[in-house]
Amino acid sequence: MTAGPNIILTDKKISRALTRISHEILERNSGAESIVIIGILTRGAVLAKRIAATIKELEGVEVPVGLMDISLYRDDVHSKLEQPIVQRTDILFEIRDKNVILIDDVLYTGRTVRAALDQMVDFGRARTIQLAVLVDRGHKELPIRADYVGANIPTAMDDQVVVNVSELDGKDEVYVKKANEKNG
Amino acid sequence: MSQLSSRHLLGLEDTPESDITLILNTAETFSEVIERTIKKVPTLRGITIVNLFYEPSTRTRISFELAEKRLSADTVNFSTSTSSVKKGESLRDTVQNIEAMKIDMAVVRHSSPGAPYFLTNCMDANIINAGDGSHEHPTQALLDMFTMRRKYGRLKGLRVLLVGDVKHSRVIRSNLWGLQTMGADVALCGPSTLLPREVEQFGCDVYTNLDEALEGVDVVNVMRIQLERQQAGLFPSQREYTNLFGLTKHRLKRLNKNFTIMHPGPINRGVEISSEVADSENSVILEQVTNGQAVRMAVLYLLSGRKEELA
Amino acid sequence: MVTNKFDGAIRGGKVIDPEFGFGKDATILINDGKIAGIEIESPELKKQIEKLPKDKIVDASGKLVVPGLVDIHVHLREPGREDEETVVSGCRAAAAGGFTTICCMPNTTPRIDSQEAVKFVQDRAKDADARVFVVGAITKNIEGKELAEIGDLVKVGAVAITDDGNYVQNPEIMRRAMEYSRMFDIPVMEHAEDQFLSVGSVMNESFQSTRLGLPGTPSVAEEIAVLRDIALSRLTGARIHIQHISTKEAVEAIRTAKKEGLRVTCEATPHHLILTDEEIGKEFNTNLRVNPPLRSARDRDAVIEGLIDGTIDCIASDHAPHSAEEKDCEFDQAPPGMIGLETTLGLIKAFLIDKGLLSWADAIRKMTISPAKILDLNCGTLAVGAEADITIIDPDKQWTVKPKEFFSLSRNTPFDGYKLSAQVYKTILGGRIVFEK
Repeated sequence: MTAGPNIILTDKKISRALTRISHEILERNSGAESIVIIGILTRGAVLAKRIAATIKELEGVEVPVGLMDISLYRDDVHSKLEQPIVQRTDILFEIRDKNVILIDDVLYTGRTVRAALDQMVDFGRARTIQLAVLVDRGHKELPIRADYVGANIPTAMDDQVVVNVSELDGKDEVYVKKANEKNG
Repeated sequence: MSQLSSRHLLGLEDTPESDITLILNTAETFSEVIERTIKKVPTLRGITIVNLFYEPSTRTRISFELAEKRLSADTVNFSTSTSSVKKGESLRDTVQNIEAMKIDMAVVRHSSPGAPYFLTNCMDANIINAGDGSHEHPTQALLDMFTMRRKYGRLKGLRVLLVGDVKHSRVIRSNLWGLQTMGADVALCGPSTLLPREVEQFGCDVYTNLDEALEGVDVVNVMRIQLERQQAGLFPSQREYTNLFGLTKHRLKRLNKNFTIMHPGPINRGVEISSEVADSENSVILEQVTNGQAVRMAVLYLLSGRKEELA
Repeated sequence: MVTNKFDGAIRGGKVIDPEFGFGKDATILINDGKIAGIEIESPELKKQIEKLPKDKIVDASGKLVVPGLVDIHVHLREPGREDEETVVSGCRAAAAGGFTTICCMPNTTPRIDSQEAVKFVQDRAKDADARVFVVGAITKNIEGKELAEIGDLVKVGAVAITDDGNYVQNPEIMRRAMEYSRMFDIPVMEHAEDQFLSVGSVMNESFQSTRLGLPGTPSVAEEIAVLRDIALSRLTGARIHIQHISTKEAVEAIRTAKKEGLRVTCEATPHHLILTDEEIGKEFNTNLRVNPPLRSARDRDAVIEGLIDGTIDCIASDHAPHSAEEKDCEFDQAPPGMIGLETTLGLIKAFLIDKGLLSWADAIRKMTISPAKILDLNCGTLAVGAEADITIIDPDKQWTVKPKEFFSLSRNTPFDGYKLSAQVYKTILGGRIVFEK
């Protein structure tokens, strides 16, 4: 046994990264008026709410936040033994002609994002769709890149990047679980 | 639990509470999908489903077909009557031929109880029972339960009365078992000639007097009465059936407040239910049809790709 | 003791001859295909036996030696459905099951309602591995309308009459059949089922049929039929034999009729003694579709009780072969019937004898002398002078039912994979070994 998990981002670093992303979003879209935010369940949704709150502090604008469950859109539903619990996609606003900020916790193969883009099409035609992630860990299998990145963390293919958020997990942190620790 | 305990849906008699809950919860998601402008998700892309209908049925077949299409599955229909099949190919040969065309799932309606079970021994596809004789019709019962749960937020403790031809109704059997599993309080009512032998062993109240049966009930689910039962001598006339078992407005007084009227369709207006009741604000008959979509999508979604039985 | 002349011997086994109550180790001597004696071996006899050629001596030590078993209810599908069973294949199955005598039912195609049909079956059975007695039809074509030429049938050897598979629904026809049968002193065998009450049904009517949504026949359909026939027997004085009795009330009716002294006998099948309708819902196994249907536990228990107290005279298999194709279908589309010749003995041992419900002696009686007497058949006993029809049983040998290994041409048994006890070791017909394990 080695020492505890390899912490990549502490709570302070996470907070700073989200604030920076919020600034970048506002800058790129010239303010908050045209923006809607959609978080991919489960942790992307938490981060989406935080970013919306930061934007409100900065600009005083209430940005609509939606939640998206991509289970129905994944292309690997049938190859996995355990099926995901389907949660509700909850997008109660128009996305037509909006700049949609899609938020997820980790960008890995890109398949989650592809599924989210697929589903977005069923809701209408956005003006732009931009992607924000807290961690970009590499190993993309699709030509998808993030527009806003909290931290780039190179990992091995079978490592696991664990994102904890205080709303669900009690505290904010990101760490890497090495493959050989799985049985530990 | 995030998956079903079985790779087929043959009936509700042995379906555990966790499976029913999972199906109903998943159906909530799909009921949101079918409210969208584009009512289609790509979930079952590449999956081929055959609708094997050995008994005439328009509604159930259309409901399944739409559910399949909204999940982006490829569908094919095989409709025939049992009598014409009798002379020719056996059921096993027919389905094995169909499966040779690489079918992933089969939705089966058949007049013989147990036919869907038989098919599980003939083909590898996931089998969904869409009604087998007088035995079970699980998706109808699931959509009935979904409709009740949406209205009351629960099934446990609801008093549900199932009225009609208890002996021959697969909808009644599936509702009874499903509701009992979910903790509802089920009662049955019908003419004594249409109450099957030892019906009391179902463990629920059984009535032959509709007015007594309606006392204190939250949900009344009225079944279609097949007119050929009268020809078989099981009741004297349609008129007398309506007098004794027809749900009319003046009978509703005995129900609990906030009561619900259901009917799996197709309705014989003025026979088992009056138009006034069927069209009243407490009637959820059309919602049942809509919910049938969401529930069938949920069942298809949860069973698709399930290859092996869990231990 | 004077020992008769003999040319064969079965040594070392425990002999059960229900008629004479024998139940100890003894040697059976055979001469020219007949029983020559049953004796405790003296040193002198031992010497004599050891002079016989080796192949004339059967070592039965540790085994039971009983009269060749008798099954008075068998469907051989010849003529008509030789793919399902022939006279020869059915007899081979009988021999494998320990039966040396079987009675075949007339519902073949064409029906056995003429002298030609009786002779045809007898001819096919000439060199077969079991003795076959033919039961003729009560009515022409088993239609329940006009009496068959019963006198003709009896003349060429029919031992009884039945319309098995059908109930003679019209009481007037049945009355005439019974009256007519008295001239020949043959029993009228009845498939007791009021077919107005059972129309369309495929199983017993009970909570099980209620659960499964399958149309059921109430047990009262059998009770009514049995009560009517008892009444007609009282009127006509005819001998009647109720086939495959399956309900509590019918057993009770026969118990009462016997007390009254009426000439009524009846049989029960292994499946009605063992299985109940609860089996059906497990897998909708079409091999459980049988007529009369498997009943509730209360009926099964009453049938067992009737067998124990003597109300039920004998065990009969109602061996009813059906092709795999016909049974490989939806439950309610399958024809009724299951085969039984090769499983009867093992089932009776495992489910009745091993459970202490029946003694070996009683079980053997109900499969030998008792059915033989019902039909006045000259068999089922080891009496000196009788045909040397002998079954040797390995009484505690465990075996598993494997339908693929059956000698019957059909495989329709619900007992596939059952672990049974008591295996047939050798079956001897007229001094000739027709089956050996």
